[in-house]
Amino acid sequence: MRGSSLTAARSGLMSCHACHQLSRIPRMSIDGVVICPRCEAHVHLRKPNSISRTWALLIAAYILYIPANLLPVMTVISFGKGEADTILSGVKELIHAGMLPIALLVFFASITVPVLKLLTLTFLLLSVQYKSQWRPRERTVLYRITELVGRWSMIDIFMISILIALVKLQAVATIEPGAGAISFAAVVIITMFAAMSFDPRLIWDNIEEKA
Amino acid sequence: MTMPHLVIACHECDLLHRLHSLRYGERAKCSRCGAALYARKRDSFLHTILLAVTSLILFALANSFPFMTFELHGRVQQSLLSTGVWEFFERGMWELGLLVLAASIVFPFLKIIGMLYVLVPLEFHYRPWKAALVFRMVEQCQTWAMMDVYLLGVIVAVVKLADLAILVPGVALYSFVALIIALAAADSALDPHEVWERMEKIR
Repeated sequence: MRGSSLTAARSGLMSCHACHQLSRIPRMSIDGVVICPRCEAHVHLRKPNSISRTWALLIAAYILYIPANLLPVMTVISFGKGEADTILSGVKELIHAGMLPIALLVFFASITVPVLKLLTLTFLLLSVQYKSQWRPRERTVLYRITELVGRWSMIDIFMISILIALVKLQAVATIEPGAGAISFAAVVIITMFAAMSFDPRLIWDNIEEKA
Repeated sequence: MTMPHLVIACHECDLLHRLHSLRYGERAKCSRCGAALYARKRDSFLHTILLAVTSLILFALANSFPFMTFELHGRVQQSLLSTGVWEFFERGMWELGLLVLAASIVFPFLKIIGMLYVLVPLEFHYRPWKAALVFRMVEQCQTWAMMDVYLLGVIVAVVKLADLAILVPGVALYSFVALIIALAAADSALDPHEVWERMEKIR
């Protein structure tokens, strides 16, 4: 659709993140809180402390990413013998079993997506902090994808939940979830929060400053 | 403070757009960054309500009938949708138990109930208590209700166990698949802008 070339912020307006309603930016904010007249959500010109919050969550996710991949996510105990599986060895096992499409799916959801998510958010943060003018539209699309695909990394956690519910024949076979699963779930959730706390409008603010 | 509903700002790049009246099935995108702005849907309220009621019935089925049956060396093990959650709790991994409980049961339920709580009274020109708060929660549930991801987890688990044991899907699994479809349909029928506008008129 055709639009103006004016942003809400330049027109002295801010838009509510919950319902899109525009409000005037208060001249003097007394306690700094503006409530949306329509949906009663807190309205912010930009997401509060977006950059530092996203960095904090992102660094936490990077740290947790190490145990998430090194520790076993589950152990299959069959006839008294246990075999520990990490995220990566789970994928390898699927390949050996000849389940290539499923192996690709798990590889994509549990390895590609988290890594790309961490790297993309790092890149977006740095590009905003260094006031990059490079392809704002593509960077916004990148952000949109990052926000959408994050939840699909949970496949492994749900798979474990189904396996431990089904396989509990004490002597014959049981499955025990491992500490890696907690770290991995934490990485997924924390990066989801990191994506939510990043404000893509910051990308465009830099473009306008220059213009 | 309230602005007339003639202008809308893009959520992703803050550009202002004049609101155009769309025809049914049309959607407006931001001219600068391509983000979705708004859409117009035919009979949005009625369709959403009917699909939410369908989802509620399927939700009840998915949570009360056996989800899957596992058979190995003549021993049979039956599980419910929620069995995995309790298994996590029993092993002291309550974090994962809570996570799976929230993503596969609590958030989907809150979303269905929240939709009905807000939409049904509004359809009869009555504004329910805390309508704005509840509807904001419904929109938040979008991210955290992960039944679709859970279903892929089921598929991977089944593939892993396929040559080890015999697996029989139960009524709950079929209901669960239908629930995912019904809830996604309810989602795409829902027009949040219309909900906010109706809420404002009835205030």
